[in-house]
Amino acid sequence: MNSSVIVFPGSNCDRDIAVALKKYEFKNTMVWHKDTSLPKSDLIVIPGGFSYGDYLRSGAIAAKSNILDEVIKEANNGCLILGICNGFQILTETGLLKGVLLKNKNLKFIGRDVHVKTIDIKSKFCNKYKQDQILKFNIAHNEGNYFTSPDHLMELEDKNLIPFKYCDEKGNISVENNPNGSLNNIAGIFNDKKNILGMMPHPERMTDEIISNNDGVNLFSSLLN
Amino acid sequence: MKITQTIVEKHGLKPDEYSKIKKLLKREPNLLELGIFSAMWNEHCSYKSSRIHLKNLPTKGKQVIQGPGENAGVIDIGDDDAIIFKIESHNHPSYIEPYQGAATGVGGILRDIFTMGARPIALLNSIHFGSPEHTKTKALLNGVVSGIGGYGNCIGIPTVAGETKFDDTYNENILVNAMAVGHAKKDKIFYSKAKGLNKSVVYVGSKTGRDGIHGASMASAEFDDSSDDKKPTVQVGDPFTEKLLMEACLELMKDNSIISIQDMGAAGLTSSIVEMASKGNLGIELHLDKVPCREQGMTPYEIMLSESQERMVIILEDKKEKEAKKIFEKWDLDFVVIGKTTNTNNLTLKFLDQIVGEISIDALVENAPVYERKWTKTKLPERKINIKDLKKIKLEDALFKILSSPNQSNKSWVTDQFDQMVMTDTVQKSGSDAAIIRIHKKDKAIAVTVDSSANYCKAHPLTGGKQIVCESWRNLISVGAKPIAITNCLNFGNPENSKVMGEFTECLVGIKEACEFLDYPVVSGNVSFYNGTNKKSIDPTPVIGGVGLINESKNKINHLLKKEENVILQVGKSFGHLYQSVFFKEIYSIKEGPPPEVNLSNEKNNGETVLKLINNKLVASAHDISSGGLILSLAEMCLSSGYGLKIERSSKLSNLMEYYFGEDQGRYLLEIEPKNLQNTSKILNENNIFSEKVAIVQKDYFEMPGELKININDLYKINNKWYNSY
Repeated sequence: MNSSVIVFPGSNCDRDIAVALKKYEFKNTMVWHKDTSLPKSDLIVIPGGFSYGDYLRSGAIAAKSNILDEVIKEANNGCLILGICNGFQILTETGLLKGVLLKNKNLKFIGRDVHVKTIDIKSKFCNKYKQDQILKFNIAHNEGNYFTSPDHLMELEDKNLIPFKYCDEKGNISVENNPNGSLNNIAGIFNDKKNILGMMPHPERMTDEIISNNDGVNLFSSLLN
Repeated sequence: MKITQTIVEKHGLKPDEYSKIKKLLKREPNLLELGIFSAMWNEHCSYKSSRIHLKNLPTKGKQVIQGPGENAGVIDIGDDDAIIFKIESHNHPSYIEPYQGAATGVGGILRDIFTMGARPIALLNSIHFGSPEHTKTKALLNGVVSGIGGYGNCIGIPTVAGETKFDDTYNENILVNAMAVGHAKKDKIFYSKAKGLNKSVVYVGSKTGRDGIHGASMASAEFDDSSDDKKPTVQVGDPFTEKLLMEACLELMKDNSIISIQDMGAAGLTSSIVEMASKGNLGIELHLDKVPCREQGMTPYEIMLSESQERMVIILEDKKEKEAKKIFEKWDLDFVVIGKTTNTNNLTLKFLDQIVGEISIDALVENAPVYERKWTKTKLPERKINIKDLKKIKLEDALFKILSSPNQSNKSWVTDQFDQMVMTDTVQKSGSDAAIIRIHKKDKAIAVTVDSSANYCKAHPLTGGKQIVCESWRNLISVGAKPIAITNCLNFGNPENSKVMGEFTECLVGIKEACEFLDYPVVSGNVSFYNGTNKKSIDPTPVIGGVGLINESKNKINHLLKKEENVILQVGKSFGHLYQSVFFKEIYSIKEGPPPEVNLSNEKNNGETVLKLINNKLVASAHDISSGGLILSLAEMCLSSGYGLKIERSSKLSNLMEYYFGEDQGRYLLEIEPKNLQNTSKILNENNIFSEKVAIVQKDYFEMPGELKININDLYKINNKWYNSY
């Protein structure tokens, strides 16, 4: 599978995702934000970090970069797009995903492991997970508090466009185990066609037992499936 | 402009220092030159009070590639890999403007690391605040923690370990020490020494603004009531630009374009240029009008003394300008040739082709003042308290009080504001005795820790100095690492006070003795004097940053209990030393008496043997016994793992409190599977090490029959209360 990772000034999880992609034998290319064309890709990843220093608004400047025009074109052609953390923020800024990511409800950066539950596994990204599986992922962000209109929220729920929600270690989804104030404990969402996934947790950090666990591995193996 | 006595004073120079300047120049300096002398001769840059003591520290060793004197220390960890690390203080700016002060502290120490060719792989911090009740503490704590996180998280280096402490000695002068650790290839290390004539001197990075002018001089004076007026001398950090600068520098370092490179830290362009020239025995001529400026109309004085962040100076090989410039342009950074190396041995400053200042480099460096300041010895305090005379307290009550005190509370409120996992090589995050970072794409890892014991150092500086080195060493051993070298950040009060100077001198002797004995050399460091306000100095607070090596990441160990029925062995003997303990301070507000004795040969023998046991895979988990004593260390093993312990009530010492809260040194707790007990005891006996069984792992309850029994979840709540309700 061919993958591309977009690198912005200020991206800082670009190397991490590249390491994970390589581990699962993706043929990966790093693509610089000033480039005006993309290599042939089955998957485009927009990595985490602080693109353009998160100045103006996180993701706002990156959404206007040269390469994003190409990413939008590919996305509309059905290419798989994965936005992690800052990548999710960028996807919402481009409009490829609806909604916004607000400042965490405690107004602080949150960097820790959280539990998430698989809510929908019928997608190119999650098919190797089990339904209602409880996973431990790492989050690290200032703005992960997902917000959208009531209509869109209903649509996300009704059309099964929410793959992951924050929960506790037993799988209970409630306000107490919502780290950042995200609506309905949303940790990630799809677009209508389910070819675009934006998520705040970092699956690339969960692919090695020596540093964490293997709960992110199935995301990569789903893509290869 | 005539240089008056007032102007000289404002530059922090003493009358005799000014006379020396005139003698060296054979004339009166102009204002620019005076500013440069002030920047180079202040305590922060010249080490004029500390130099004669620092040279006694052991700085060499089999694995030392570069000791103090460069941007950071370098050690060899085998297979062409080098680790570059240093700790630095940013105390004064952080008290005035906590967010920016702490953030630029992190930014500054990171530049020291990547200037030498290393990709930074870990950040650590040691932060000391005043009493939680003090009006400023809460705001300072919030600002400093988010400033440290703000910088490290954005640039994408994991912040993996640290310590957060409170004591009223820091009420008016907090401590913010930041440590950075990087990895480089042994044959790709870059130094600051200039070489060759007529080589281009290049300015890269951010533009120069008016921020931070005379920041280093500020850090060389005590605070008084007008300290808030000093806000304009605090620099503003931009981690985004630093990330670009780091990537651009590391990209340029891949080929052989760089002769010498130096970041602009304290005293900005002045100290970096002077240092490069001085090390290379060369002169440097600068055209200050070429320096990229943020504001119009900046004077040579402002340009030379600005402490704007995220800037570097590079001396390039001939014909490399074009290629180098391309890299910096790719990262949208300034790249301007601002001068050249000369054979004059002078710092020659031109502005629009006019010479505006000229000083011999030797005058600034070789001839900088060195003081042998008066110092007084601290006697070992007497032991005046008999525990039997104190009001009785139940062990349970004392433990809970300590666990919920600000200094012993769970610190996840702090560490959750840091990204600890970016770069995906963090094998062990904060909360253990030391953090562990894997070397990218390799099996081996390094362990890192920062430690301080200000109250021990205050009570008896010589013992305190030894103790912190030992504690650092123990923390590395407890995670299965072989300790290699340290960096130190020496935070002290006013060196013109003979008591403070005595604390400094004797702490350093203690550090020296311990480092020599443990073969644990000092490879880098920083001295921060004048910590205090209105003539009141802080307690002596040397902070030690230690680095050790683990050959295979999977052999790491931590203090999380692993299995029921496993036995907890205490290695090293308890004598029940309660003076200077957390117990005395928290329960009885007693701060007198001597610190626990440090026996270096026991320390070494115990540590080396514990490491051997770990390497022989006999140990399931390990923890050192430090502040709070045996009972606190046992509780920490439970809190981190969720397992309980059944503690066998010991009657070894006549007093239970002495046994469980005593802070005797050189002790470890080891969790051993029953089948490994015999082998473990054999090795301990062979090495003449005292050990005793103190507890057994069980489910759910932290228990000492007859004294206490508590569910771990409840214990956890006690330990987590303070930060969340502060």
